[in-house]
Amino acid sequence: MTAHNTLAAARSRAENVQRIRTPGGLEAWLVESHAVPLVALEFAVRGGAAQDPPGKAGLATLLAGLLDEGAGPYDAREFHHAIEDLAIHIGFGADRDALSGHLQTLSRNTDKAFELLRLAVTEPRLEESAVERVRAQLMAGVRRDANDPDAMVAKAFRERAFPGHPYGVSARGELETLDAITRGDLDAMRRRMLARKDLKVAVVGAIDADTLAKRLDETFGALPAENDLTPIAPIAVQGLGERVLVDLDVPQTTMRFGRPSIAKKDPDYFAAVVVNHILGGGVFTARLFHEVREKRGLTYSVYTHLQEFDQSPMLIGGNSTKNARAGESLAVIEEEVRKLANDGPSADELDKAQKYLVGSYALRFDTSTKIASQLVNLQLDEFEPSYLDERNQRIAAVTMEDARRAAKRLLGDGALLVAAAGRPEGL
Amino acid sequence: MSLQPPLAGTNALTPQPAAASAHGGAEVAHFTLDNGMEVVVIPDRRSPVVTHMVWYKNGSADDPLGKSGIAHFLEHLMFKGTKNHPQGEFSKLVAELGGQENAFTSYDYTAYFQRIGADHLPTMMRFEADRMTNLILTDEVVGPERDVVLEERRMRTDNDPAAQLDEAVQAALFAHHPYGTPIIGWNHEIEGLSREDALAYYRRFYTPANAILIVAGDVDPAAVAELAREIYGKIPSHEVPPARKRPQEPPLRGERRVTLSDEKVEQPQIERVFLVPSYKTAAPGEAEALEVMSHALGGGPASKLYDALVVEQKCAVNAGAYYMGSALDDTRLWVYATPAPGVSLEELDAAMGRALAAFAAAPLDEEELNRAKTRLIADAIYARDSQVSLARWYGESLATGLGVADVALWPDRIEAVTAADVQAAARKWLGKGRVVTGLLAPAEEAEEAEAVA
Repeated sequence: MTAHNTLAAARSRAENVQRIRTPGGLEAWLVESHAVPLVALEFAVRGGAAQDPPGKAGLATLLAGLLDEGAGPYDAREFHHAIEDLAIHIGFGADRDALSGHLQTLSRNTDKAFELLRLAVTEPRLEESAVERVRAQLMAGVRRDANDPDAMVAKAFRERAFPGHPYGVSARGELETLDAITRGDLDAMRRRMLARKDLKVAVVGAIDADTLAKRLDETFGALPAENDLTPIAPIAVQGLGERVLVDLDVPQTTMRFGRPSIAKKDPDYFAAVVVNHILGGGVFTARLFHEVREKRGLTYSVYTHLQEFDQSPMLIGGNSTKNARAGESLAVIEEEVRKLANDGPSADELDKAQKYLVGSYALRFDTSTKIASQLVNLQLDEFEPSYLDERNQRIAAVTMEDARRAAKRLLGDGALLVAAAGRPEGL
Repeated sequence: MSLQPPLAGTNALTPQPAAASAHGGAEVAHFTLDNGMEVVVIPDRRSPVVTHMVWYKNGSADDPLGKSGIAHFLEHLMFKGTKNHPQGEFSKLVAELGGQENAFTSYDYTAYFQRIGADHLPTMMRFEADRMTNLILTDEVVGPERDVVLEERRMRTDNDPAAQLDEAVQAALFAHHPYGTPIIGWNHEIEGLSREDALAYYRRFYTPANAILIVAGDVDPAAVAELAREIYGKIPSHEVPPARKRPQEPPLRGERRVTLSDEKVEQPQIERVFLVPSYKTAAPGEAEALEVMSHALGGGPASKLYDALVVEQKCAVNAGAYYMGSALDDTRLWVYATPAPGVSLEELDAAMGRALAAFAAAPLDEEELNRAKTRLIADAIYARDSQVSLARWYGESLATGLGVADVALWPDRIEAVTAADVQAAARKWLGKGRVVTGLLAPAEEAEEAEAVA
């Protein structure tokens, strides 16, 4: 954390976090630090691409892309000039389950920076010319990725994993769905999503709690109190044991594989984190790194990670191997998954994984923007600041019995949904 | 283990300004050990972690003829163990101590780094010093790792028409200088790289007088100096430090266009890549003028080129420029755009030409000039929030022939750039300069263009 006192930071991260409640009733987490004359703010509201109506995929993403394209008294050009004149970093994005924004400013420009954020969040113009411009940019991105192996396996995977579910649809949209979006859709989505309810804010840097409380009320106070979100049904990854092949004339096969994982609030979650690290999370130490890359030279990149959509926790992995050896590569991966499911990790692996995960947690807190982003994510997951201290205790407390149980739950019979793009042999 | 090629269309590698001391931040310490190894210490006491990097002043542009990719291949092989520590021991220890590590290779340098709790700095230094001279390689580890690099090349380049165009454009821009060869190397030459090639290259370049130590984070400069002397200072240096002698570009006339058409291309793109001086090769103030020019011209949606092509004429959906100022030799400036639907690459090329001519014809007004300079100078302050950014900025600068003072003075030099300087740079380098145009086209469009020509 950006604390002045290094020892205090080592003892407790939670102690550095001030929970603020503004006179207007907003809540925010603040880490005050004047070591660098900067202020970083991250915020998020629930919603995101999963709220896109049928046939309008890309709506939340397009909305996010339009918030800084003209607001209040400024058209798009004037807004961008204002941002540049103050050298502010401001931006918005939508993922599956949230719409988020970030602001970073030199502390001498803090008031003006918050004012631009206020305009973007509460008075975006959504002018027709801006809508057309950003829509065209998103469509160019879709075309650019039309034959990109990574984009193709991501699409094939999500469509088979989540049939008929919002998670099965592109968050960025397709050409025809982007084309179908109207200004009215954008305005309706904005009103449904951008609200004071479920607004999560974290601020790190050279600002005190009283000043921040005032700025936050000014910035977000005009938002409606309540959001209006469609409930998203829980869904587990479908199609386990299946392989979806996408034909693409390239020399290397790109693969994405996955299966259901364990939710963040589940008692076995931290054991699953440890198991994932041993399987494919550790960059130079994971079993997949050793077996697929180092020993056999089958790939440059092989990995797994836990990816928790709000309604679908997943274990996701990736790999790319020349077509002739793609089948061999997948066979090695599947064998490693089965072995870890059946036998669990060794005592040494468990110990080393715990040491890494505990020791490296500090590396997530070495810049203001990284800290702010961590703190918003914790709020979205409905944790308290105390999580910052408890997390390492929970990792360290994972026993061999826990790890074996979690490996069985996480990896099950080893069946994976696999999507592959290329001209693979032996798959 | 990764490559650090400059990517047209991204500002991620714009030299990240530091100049901490110029803006009242922590004092940066800089000194040289008796064996010639340079040391930079950047205190950042906010968090109990440290970034430890060793940069070698050799990159892909120093690969021997016919051995392209050897700098990058050796970077991979540096993780294969030493006389004192067998394969995997260092990486396992870094992980067990809660650290993260990696390495990267660029045209002018190769660097290795760990991010870890500050208490573990001496351990990292001992292991990194050990592999500066004690690397052991066997054919058993070299063979599979060469396959790994070939897979890396397939992933980055052979699977991606845009990356193939980039290789072809660079090769056309640099007819003689090794910047025209990809960092990862050409496929047929990577296939032939041997254990002996790697060791010969290692013995030539991996020596203290060719290395820079950068330590950023929760450290006391005096304590780091003591450790550096004790650990790195003991390594004997080659009697004559390795020299970088690269063939320079001859003047070449004639317009060059490279068209890559592929059935996998559904979104065409255009780029013009100009040969321009770097911070190292430019006359005083000229690189800074190119930096301000590049930002005013194409640094995001507030820039002149974006405004002309995307907002006003609507012939492009995106447009920008990027100056790769950090380079030992003359370098590149990209101007790029993505056509709007229904606009051909030829039409966009013509519009881009007119926009560049208009940019060079009239000086920036006061507001435009200040806007660009304000942003660039502010980025030097933003960089102070990240010890990794600062460490990389100093490392990149020193490895491409600049000094610590150049980093510290950078904001002042940017501040000194005038509208006349920017216009002169635009006229000189965009106007009459040497350029290669790259076109990424769908299969059909390229055929039509050929038919017309």
